[in-house]
Amino acid sequence: MMAVLIFLASVATLCMFFASYCRSLVASSSRHPLSAEVRDVTGIRNVATAADYARVVQLLKLCPERQEDRAGLQAVDIYYSWLTVARRMLAWIAPSLRSWTEHEQACCAYFAAVTLDRRIAHSREMLTHEAEL
Amino acid sequence: MPGPIDLSIWFLGTAFELLFVVCSLARKSFLTYLFLNLYLLISIAVSTGRFVFLQSYGQGSSQYRYFYYYSDALLTLTLFCALISLYSRVFGELRTGEYVKWGAVFLLLGTAGFSYAVVAQSAERLSTDFAYELSQNLYFVGLVLTYILWGAVLKLRETRTRLVQIILSLGLYFSGYAASYALMNFSGRFSIIRYICPVLGCFLPLSWSLTILRNSEESRLVPAQLVAVPR
Repeated sequence: MMAVLIFLASVATLCMFFASYCRSLVASSSRHPLSAEVRDVTGIRNVATAADYARVVQLLKLCPERQEDRAGLQAVDIYYSWLTVARRMLAWIAPSLRSWTEHEQACCAYFAAVTLDRRIAHSREMLTHEAEL
Repeated sequence: MPGPIDLSIWFLGTAFELLFVVCSLARKSFLTYLFLNLYLLISIAVSTGRFVFLQSYGQGSSQYRYFYYYSDALLTLTLFCALISLYSRVFGELRTGEYVKWGAVFLLLGTAGFSYAVVAQSAERLSTDFAYELSQNLYFVGLVLTYILWGAVLKLRETRTRLVQIILSLGLYFSGYAASYALMNFSGRFSIIRYICPVLGCFLPLSWSLTILRNSEESRLVPAQLVAVPR
């Protein structure tokens, strides 16, 4: 019984730290301005919406991966799935939760767009470097 | 001798620990995060030592077991110091360094005293039992301290991205460890559970390395975005 209680408390703490970690990843990219090219390709003008996420992730799959952003992107992807579940399951209990989850998912979409921007810049740098060689 | 999966996770963990030290040196942050680097350097040395003992004496030998438990206690103590160094950085601007230092010493002595009281009854193998008990209790204290530190980060509206992400990774590590230990207690028959703790051991240095690589020391985040409900 004690082990079950400790397990439940640890899992709750784990989820709390994971959500905060993902929020810190998203927050660290919120000040990064998107390039005009990424704005055009993703259709994000000034503010991203929750619906942009799936499209940006599809575009990310077309770009060569960068090792350092893969883990962060995976973590935010899990966080986005949690938010989707929360929106579907809990929104009818507390309607205010719907707008909150939508805002959070929009932040995830912006994070993905910033990652796309970095990948494009990185690929371009690599091409320039190869051309110089 | 551990199986190929155990060995692979072990080597991967040590490689990630080395990666963090290299990243810190490359990003000129070695001294800024001195205690985190010391913890991982000691961990690399301990891993090497354990491997040598394992090869020389075998997993069931008393030499390996003594080395394992004493080195585990040493590692937990170093991790405790690393956590306290994060406290010093978070509370640094409030000039409460002295209080943090004395609080840490008091907590460490208290935990050591409690661990001694628990194992004092058994005269046999007192020192190894003490090392094991101290290690376990310090892990629990570490989890509680990390939780309090995260509360302080939110309250003080900490903006340093690296510091925030390092603390969150530590929180994930401690809570994952506690959850897997509890899981092992009531469902120890599933062999996959025994891999969770070593995998968590790989996660911590990897996550710290990515934090150092992705963000500079000057990177700042908006503190309001860290709390679920903006104040």
